[in-house]
Amino acid sequence: MKKIYMDHAATTPVHPEVLEAMKPYFSDIFGNPSSIHSFGRDARKAIDDARDNIALSIGARSDEIVFTSGGTEADNFALEGVAYANQKKGNHIISTPIEHHAVTNCLGFLKKRGFEVTYIPVDSTGLADPGDIRKAITDKTILVSVMHANNEVGTIEPIEEIGRICREKDVYFHTDAVQTFGHMPIDVKKLNVDLLSASAHKLSGPKGVGMLYVRKGTKIVPYLYGGEQEMGRRASTENVPGIVGFSKAVEIAKSEMDQLGPKLLVLRDELIKGILSNIEDSRLNGHQTKRLSNNVNVSINYIEGESMLLRLDMEGIAASTGSACSSGSLEPSHVLLSIGLSPEIAHSSLRLTLGRWTTEKEVERVLEVLPKIVRKLREMSPLRKS
Amino acid sequence: MEHFAHPRNVGIIEDPSGIGKVGNPVCGDIMELYIKIDNGKITDAKFRTFGCGAAIATSSMITEMVKGKTIEEALKISNKAVAEALEGLPPVKMHCSVLAEDALKAAINDHMIKTTGKGLPGFKPHEEHD
Repeated sequence: MKKIYMDHAATTPVHPEVLEAMKPYFSDIFGNPSSIHSFGRDARKAIDDARDNIALSIGARSDEIVFTSGGTEADNFALEGVAYANQKKGNHIISTPIEHHAVTNCLGFLKKRGFEVTYIPVDSTGLADPGDIRKAITDKTILVSVMHANNEVGTIEPIEEIGRICREKDVYFHTDAVQTFGHMPIDVKKLNVDLLSASAHKLSGPKGVGMLYVRKGTKIVPYLYGGEQEMGRRASTENVPGIVGFSKAVEIAKSEMDQLGPKLLVLRDELIKGILSNIEDSRLNGHQTKRLSNNVNVSINYIEGESMLLRLDMEGIAASTGSACSSGSLEPSHVLLSIGLSPEIAHSSLRLTLGRWTTEKEVERVLEVLPKIVRKLREMSPLRKS
Repeated sequence: MEHFAHPRNVGIIEDPSGIGKVGNPVCGDIMELYIKIDNGKITDAKFRTFGCGAAIATSSMITEMVKGKTIEEALKISNKAVAEALEGLPPVKMHCSVLAEDALKAAINDHMIKTTGKGLPGFKPHEEHD
């Protein structure tokens, strides 16, 4: 049985061309980019080229890109870096309750350090209202952080509009674009963002590398102290193969985006329609149209997400859930609770995220297998209507 | 995994001697355990569970374990014994076995109230599953 991977929001396989591009940088071109000799210069050139390429892909300058160890570090760097650099101006930060833990837990840390955080609510589809951000901004506000698209329910936030408000109010604006970078066109000027986080492994790049876009002139303190790497903002010898692979992944994503986006959209909608019409008492979580082209998140009443996930896994299908049991805590997903789902509906959620290699056949197979699993699990559910 | 993949004794008993309902939707586990008692022995047990893989497996296992046992013997089944019978549970899933033990005690408690008017001495379900 061929396995089906439908958890691309968690991570993606490395593209073969990415792997090929990285290989020489483990062996032949192994130099330290800070070294002056030819070994070092060759590695330096690879990083410079990667930085140029990635900057160009989002309409940024090369010196506005800081390579990091991934999306989490980029988020932490943005929030802590701006918070500590602008303490004199104020201590107030605005965000939403549906951010990734890399943002919410970092804000939790800042809260303990004397910063104040306002979480503006989101509606039942997961959308934040730019008007709420405007109202929440005070003369103490230094930073707003709203994700570009949500990793669980796929809702795409009105970043451009929120950015416009932040510009007008002279407040820094950060967006976590981990789920959109390489999947949707991104222009940092159009989005009006000062900081933007991205991660390579969500777009068939390697794990362990990401980046933070920092608009020129943004006041931010360094994240790691040591050498002068990354313009003194993030010390540590660069992950040369990772950065090269990241750049290659961006190049491929850019060339494929026009075809891949619409293809995934068709498969996504087929999957959503198939689930909702074949499984009664199921609902789509997130926004119908303002939604990532690869994200399906449904709640299937009366059954718990992890039991669905395990049954699907037994059939060779990899999915994800917002239910608590898989995460080790008993509370279901903070995102699903924030969009107003009751705990039992939140525990009944299933996320299927498609990728570059997802086929029509795979979607059909999921639609064939899932209703059978649901029937079996509902037979043993005490919540089922009699 | 075996008891999750092929759970035993799924369903309800039409005229049960006792029913134990434990858990709540917030923590994501709800367990219903039905037992049939004849001459002081548990002759049948069935369950319905809303919960993760481990919750389903522990429910299935405890229904197998209680069959043929006297009430006294059944009361000696601990959550650890259920977990051991499943060849161990990861620490984050141990609460599922606690839930199974609670469901069994609640079912026996229900039976005793029905037959003697008095509940199981000292019976108190674990707080988190109230």
